[in-house]
Formats: sequence, C-alpha cells, structure tokens
Amino acid sequence: MNGIQPPTIEYGQLMPLLLVFGAAIVGVLIEAFAPRYLRKAIHVPLTMLTLLGAFGLVIVQVLRDGVPTAAVAMGAIAVDGPSLFIWGVILVLSVVSVLLINDDDNFVASAAAVPGSPDEEEAIARGGAHTEVYPLALFAIGGMMLFAASNDLLIMFVGLEVMSLPLYLLCGLARRRRLLSQESSVKYFLLGAFSSAFFLYGMAMIYGYAGTVDLGGINDALGRVGGQDTLLYLGTALLGVGLFFKIGAAPFQAWKPDVYQGAPTPITALMASGTLVAAFGAVLRVFWVALGNLDWDWRPVMWGIAILTMIVGAILAITQTDIKRMLAYSSIAHAGFLLTGVIATGEATQNANSLSALLFYLLAYGITTVGAFAVVTMVRDAGGEAGHLSRWAGLGKRSPALAGIFAFFLLAFAGIPLTSGFFGKYAVFAAAVAGGALPLVVVGVVSSAIAAFFYVRVIVLMFFSEPAADGPTIAVPSAGTAAVVALAAAATVVLGVYPQPVFDLADAAASSLFVR
Amino acid sequence: MPWLSTLIAVPVLGAVGVALLPKGNDKLAKQLALVVSLVVLALTLVMAVQFSPRGTRFQFDETYEWIPRFGVHFGLAVDGIALVLIVLSAVLVPIVVLASWHDADGTGADAPPKRSVKTYFALLLVLEAMMIGVFAATDIFLFYVFFEAMLIPMYFMIGSYGGAQRSYAAVKFLLYSLFGGLLMLVAVIGLYVIAEKNTFMFPELIGAITDPTTQKWLFAGFFIAFAVKAPLWPFHTWLPDAAAQAPAGAAVLLVGVLDKVGTYGMLRFCLELFPDAAKFFTPLVLVLAVVGIVYGAIVAIGQTDMKRLIAYTSISHFGFIALGVFAMSQNAATGATLYMVNHGFSTGALFLIAGFLIYRRGSNYIADYGGVQKVAPILAGTFLVAGLSGLALPGLSSFVSEFMVLIGSFQTYPVPATIATAGVVLAAIYILWMYKRVANGPTTEAVAGMKDLNGREKWVIAPLIALIIALGFYPKPLLDVINPAVDKTLANVTVTEFTPAVPVADQKGAGE
Repeated sequence: MNGIQPPTIEYGQLMPLLLVFGAAIVGVLIEAFAPRYLRKAIHVPLTMLTLLGAFGLVIVQVLRDGVPTAAVAMGAIAVDGPSLFIWGVILVLSVVSVLLINDDDNFVASAAAVPGSPDEEEAIARGGAHTEVYPLALFAIGGMMLFAASNDLLIMFVGLEVMSLPLYLLCGLARRRRLLSQESSVKYFLLGAFSSAFFLYGMAMIYGYAGTVDLGGINDALGRVGGQDTLLYLGTALLGVGLFFKIGAAPFQAWKPDVYQGAPTPITALMASGTLVAAFGAVLRVFWVALGNLDWDWRPVMWGIAILTMIVGAILAITQTDIKRMLAYSSIAHAGFLLTGVIATGEATQNANSLSALLFYLLAYGITTVGAFAVVTMVRDAGGEAGHLSRWAGLGKRSPALAGIFAFFLLAFAGIPLTSGFFGKYAVFAAAVAGGALPLVVVGVVSSAIAAFFYVRVIVLMFFSEPAADGPTIAVPSAGTAAVVALAAAATVVLGVYPQPVFDLADAAASSLFVR
Repeated sequence: MPWLSTLIAVPVLGAVGVALLPKGNDKLAKQLALVVSLVVLALTLVMAVQFSPRGTRFQFDETYEWIPRFGVHFGLAVDGIALVLIVLSAVLVPIVVLASWHDADGTGADAPPKRSVKTYFALLLVLEAMMIGVFAATDIFLFYVFFEAMLIPMYFMIGSYGGAQRSYAAVKFLLYSLFGGLLMLVAVIGLYVIAEKNTFMFPELIGAITDPTTQKWLFAGFFIAFAVKAPLWPFHTWLPDAAAQAPAGAAVLLVGVLDKVGTYGMLRFCLELFPDAAKFFTPLVLVLAVVGIVYGAIVAIGQTDMKRLIAYTSISHFGFIALGVFAMSQNAATGATLYMVNHGFSTGALFLIAGFLIYRRGSNYIADYGGVQKVAPILAGTFLVAGLSGLALPGLSSFVSEFMVLIGSFQTYPVPATIATAGVVLAAIYILWMYKRVANGPTTEAVAGMKDLNGREKWVIAPLIALIIALGFYPKPLLDVINPAVDKTLANVTVTEFTPAVPVADQKGAGE
C-alpha cells in the first residue's frame, strides 16, 4: 500500500518565497491580536526584515548553490537564474517601496467611511490608520515573486491573483482625493478580473490542446499534438491578453493612467516597478518556455503590439497634464521598449543576450521609477500631492536639489547617456537588432525621441518657468523617503557610468536561460 | 602622462569645485572657472607641442576597458584633425568664461532674471570636458555618449540663461539633436552587430562593413545625426533660434565648437567607415552643401536680429565645410578642417562683440543701432575685423581655408564649387551691410552714450583678433598638423577606387 508518493518540496530553494508569505500571514495575525497602537511599530520592522531577509536568502542561495538547473516543488516552480535575478530585483524594489509606504499621510484613516462624511472626520481626528497595508503589500510582493517563477500555468494564475487582489485593495486607500482613488480601485479590479478570466480561459484552451498545464509539457506538445491548432492559437491569444494587460501593453493599457493616478503614490511606485518586473518574468516564461517553438506564429502579433505600445505610450503622454498620468504613459512606452527584447529570440546565445538585456532594463527602470514617484510624494499642495503639471512650474528655483534629481530621473527615462536608462535601452535595442528586429528598433528610437519631448517639457517647467506665487510646498522628506530618493539617484548614476558588474550578474543569471 | 584623460578630468573636477562653492561666492566661482579653463589651455598647448605630425596617426593613445560586455572601451587618442579642434575648444573656453563674466548676474537690460552664477560656470566647464572628450574619443560608443551627453549642459545654458524665447529655443535645440542622435544610435548598434568584431574601437572598424547596401543605411544614420548637428540645410532651423537666444558665450561654444562635432563626424566616421556609401551619397551631400551656402547667405542678408544674422552666416559656412569634406580631394578636406578652426575663432569673435553691443544697448535688432564707430571706435573696429574675417578677406584666417575648399573642390566637382563662390560674394553683402547699419552713419540717440570696450572685454577680443590675423598670414603650423591626418583619412576612402590591374606605365615599358 505505498502507491501514493508524497510530493517533494525543496524548502531550501523556496525559502525566500515562503518567508515572504509566512511574514504576510504573521502580519494578518498581528492585525487580529495586537493592540491598535502597537501595530505599526510591529509591522514596519517585520516587513522590512522579511524583505531584507528574503533578499539575503536569494544572495546566499546564489553564492552557495549557483544557479539551479531543475524545477522545484514537483515541477511547479522554477527557481532558475532569471527567477533569482527577478526575485532580487522585486525584493529591492519592494524594500524601497515599503520605505515610501511607511511615510505618514499617504493612506486613508478609515477606508469604510464615505468621503467627506462625519465618519471620516471622526476617523481622522481619532488618528485611525489602516495598518493592513503592510501584510497586503507582503502578499502582493509574494505574488509577484510566484508569478515570475511559476513553471506551470496553474501556479502562474495563483501567483497572478495573489499579486493582484491586494493591489486592487491598496489602490483604493489613498488619503486625499479619495473618490479618484476608489474609482481607480474599482476600475483596476474590474479590468483585472476580466484579464484574469482571459488568462484562465486561455489556460483551459491550452490544456485542451496539450493535456497539461506544465510549461515544459506544453512545449513538448507543440511537436507532438496535431490537428488541434485552433485550440492552440485561441489559447495563446487569450493567455497573451491576460499577460499584456498586466504589463500595460496597448491596446490593453487603458487602466494604467487611471490607476496610477488614483492609487496612493507609494502603491503606484510598487505597481510601476514590481508588478512590471513580475509580469515581464511571466511573459517571458509563457512565450519563451511554453510557446518558444511557436515563435513564428506569435512574433508578428507581438511586433504589432510592441509598435502600438511604444507609439501610444509616447504620443498620449504628450497630452497629459498630471504628473502621475504622464509617468503612467511613460511606463506604457517603456513596456513597448521591453517588448522589443521579448521578440528578439533566436539561438541560445541570442536568447541569453536578450534575456540579460531585459533583466538589466527591468532593474534600471524599476529603481528610477520608484525614485521618481518618491519625488512626486514630496511636492505637495494644501490638498495633498500637487499632481497638476502647472503646479510644478519653477520648482527648480524653490528647491534646486529636488528638481535636479527629478530632472535626472526624467533624463534617465529618456535614455540620455550616462544614466542607467541609456544602457538599458541600448542593451535591449542591441539585442533586438541582433535578433533581426531592426525596423522595430527604428520605431523604438523614433518613439524615444517623441517621449523625450514630454520628459523635457517637465524639465522646462521646473527650471525655465517662473514659480507660481502660491506654488506647492516641498514636504521635508522623512528619512525613509530621502533614503529612497538618494538610493534611486545613486543607482541611476552608477548603472549609467559603470554598468558592467550588473551586466555580469544579468549575464550569469541569463546564461542558462529558463529551466523547463 | 595620460594627457587626454587629464584634459577631461581637470574641467570635470573644476566644475564640481565650482558647483560646491557655498552660496554668495559668485566672484570666486568665476575666478575659479577662469583658472581651471586656463590650466586646461596650458595643458592642451603643452600636449600639442609634443604632437609629432609625421608620427603615427593616433597619438597620446589611452585605452581602458569600460563595458566589456558590449566591447566598449574608454579609448582616447588624437590625430591632427582632432588635435586642432581640441585646441580650438581649449582656447575658446577661457575667452568665453571671461566674456560671460556678467551673463548670469541678471544685470544689463533685457537680461533674464538673476540665476545661479556658479551653476552657469560649472555647466561651462562640464561642457568643456565633453567637447574635449568627443573629439578625443576613438571608441565610437564613447563618441556617441559624449555626443549626446554634451547636449544637456548646453540645453540648460540656453534654457536658464538665454533671451526671451529661451525655453522654446532650448527645447527645439535638444529635440532636433536628440532625434538625430537616436538615429545615429541605431546605426551604431547596426555597425556593431553587422561588423561582428565585438569592439567599438574606430581603427578596428575601418573597412569592417563591405556590403554596399548596409553601408548606405549605416551612413544615412550617422550622416543625418551629423547634418542636424552641423547643421546642413534643410536640418538647420534650430540653429538661428538657439544661437539667438543663447547667452553670447554659450552661442560661441554652440556654433564654434558643438556644431563642429557634426562636420568632424562626417570627416572621421562617415567617410572612413563607409567609403563606398560616402561616394554614392556625395552628389546629394554636395547639393545640400551648396544650397546651404547660398540659402544661408541670402537669408542672412534679410535678418534684422544681429545674432540670428551671425547664425545664418554660419549655416553658409558649414555648407563650405561640408563641401570641402565631401569633395574628396586633399586640398578641400584640409581646407575644411582648417575652416572648422578658423570659423570657430572668427564667428566666436563676431558673437562676442555682438554680445557686447547687445549688453550695452539692450537690443538684438540691427535697426536700433547706428554710428557706433564714433562713440566706441575700438568696439566697432574689432567688429569690423571679425566681420571681414567672416567674409574671408585675404590676410585674415578664413580666407585661407575658404580658398582651399574652393580650389580643392573645383578639382573634383567644378560645378558645385563654382556655385559656391556665390557665397563669397553674398558674404560681403551681409557682413558689410550689417556693419554699415550698426557702426556707420549718424549716431542715434540711444547709442550716444555707449562706452567703448573696457579692460576685461579687450582681453576677451584681443587673443581672437590676434589669432585671426596670425592664422591669416601664417597658417602653416596648423596645416602641418592637419595635412598628414587628412592624407590618412582620404587614403582609407579612396582605397577601393578602381585601379587598373596592369599599370599603364608598365605596358608601355613592355612594348619597347
């Protein structure tokens, strides 16, 4: 009677993931049992230590075992080179985002109170706060890590939901302009639910075709199963819709500006960096591992999407008047640049080259993005953050250091040499040219030039316009926010001047490609 | 001694030093900037003396690995062409520092409100480091990095310290250059991928691309970037705005040095890396150059704004330089290189003197002046000398180079050269007519109290006038340095020209 084998779980390799999820559950227990006045004091160190600990575990794992070569947990999760790199990136970005979340005054006092009602005033007077944001953020971060490392579609879906559901909630918790925040939350939830449904439906189709949800198994089935092409193509398209929604590729980008604008800025920072990184990890796994041999079929579609995404992002950003919306469209354009690297597949060395370029780009872009949003939290009006661009006029005179750093971030987004953004863009475009996608790169640089216009426009506003008489105040940053801005600026400079060590790391992570 | 990296490091460190001075030390910032730029000049001259024109092509070679993953080196070296342009930059910067003494103070009529003085001078020094770097780079990637990065300090100098339309002009300048630069980026990537040499070092990439169609595309990528930068007609529209709005000192560096990067790039990269494509596109480029020469000159005649007028004369002169570069003859290319230097001095002097006039009178418009000669004779006199150099009067420096370009291009392309001579005639009109309206005639009321050049301003102009006259009579030292470098450049271009398999002379000998 020993027919049932217990599943083997490689706890050692999964430790970073388990640590984050475990801490999230502990965080829920704290919410239940700790007295209100103690909660924040427990949550903040717990969250920070967890994230730093998980990051430490990732490093220890790489140093001790090198890059693993087989999937773990019965083939459900792939802790391979790209996963470990992406985990490292997500954890770093999460640490800095949590520093921003930790800052006062970003989250609502009582989410259940109707905006503008006496209940709300009472909650504010009482000093109420939603300390649930910490465990929620931990769940979202764990979901991101799982999403990017999953080796079968079912786990990927679980990761997608664990990542998304806390984010839907967190989006609705902004302290100011609450209606906008709640609207963004509902919008994100509804559209996100749609995209999840698409993903699930696509998964069902693929299962119908391949008889398995294992990514490697799907790849094997491509050469084996015949006569089921309709299922395969439908499934591929539907999976694609779900994933492209998450990265904000056109024509599935509509949620991004609204959600980025409405969500509390620290959460926007987390979404704009961490979610994008995780979603690109998942895109790569689905299209390179599971559907890698179908590249002749998906490549033309992906070309179209990449071109559309770059152009839509760059052109619509020009018309924006809100800084967060502008950064959202900029993030759409960057998703398009990243897609040019996803398309650039070929031989194994070419794939490794593209992958390492993408990993570098994700790291460089993520850190600069968090830094930029951190600056946004510091420019404040009476009613909260001064989102409207006209309010930023003359910031260079009131606060030259802050405006200078923000201008530097914008130049990095624009890809000016001697910033990290330049090398990210260069690496991805070089990989794309080597992969035969030259026309795509031409579109890429043209949209970069268009994008440069709106980045430069903000610099013009900050430095060359006279400050408004009743301009926004610059909040004295908390130690955490100041640290985030300083770290992001330092990383943008260092990666822009001497990127070789990080490229070495990305190359090492990408050299063995994905495990199957 | 690592000369070139020292030349880059000194102004960068100086810029950091100037930027870190505590507030309220404006005078100290200016003095420090002047000292740093003079140190750079001294170092440059010491280096230039050690350059041996008959030695190897690239001297003072330094190569360090920068980003091995992309095959990028921090590679610096100079040949004669790069050397004279570095000397040009190093000479102009201290002059500009001295000339810009009060540009950022916010005094003077029509000046923008007071801005941070030390930032202005720090930007100036950063720009100097990048100008030296861009000419010294032997790694194409490094060249691109400097090429793009140098836009940023200039952008802030125009945008923060310029005239009334400064932010429009600054943005236009940046976007035009950035667009050209991004096209070049595609070509740079393409060059790297197609050459498969796994390096960006320029000497190793010569002759790496042989396929004619590929050459044409890559040539186009590089050429458009350089044509925007130079600027050639029809990519020129940003220059009059940028030059007119920039403070006079920044305009000198913009037109005098930054734009030379475009023509330098054509000579160095377009010709040598893609010789067949360069020959294929030569007729087109010559047409653009000649149109630019005539168009720039005619439009200059019609200008009412002094700085815009000088900017348009530069467009005409850049036509001459491009003509010389693409005429593919020894004389023309040498003349073009010499022209880059001479144009830097003579146009620099014109911009600076125009800046002095504008600072005194508070107006860019020629019509607001008249009879300056009577109240400020030295000012008017130097203006005339600089202007005469601009119209290439024999005995002044520009004449030598313009003559060499015309004579050289006449050997290979007589028709464009003939049309280009029209530019010489038109130059006399725009310069002399401007001088007549500004300096001759009855002294207008607003000009009556105008002061002549003060001591600082004389120190600014004297070296330039001296150089203009000296190089007009004795250009040999420059030509000695330029000639061998141009020889080697053209040798790489003409190497693929058709040569009969059996030399003609041998056949004759065999028949006897």
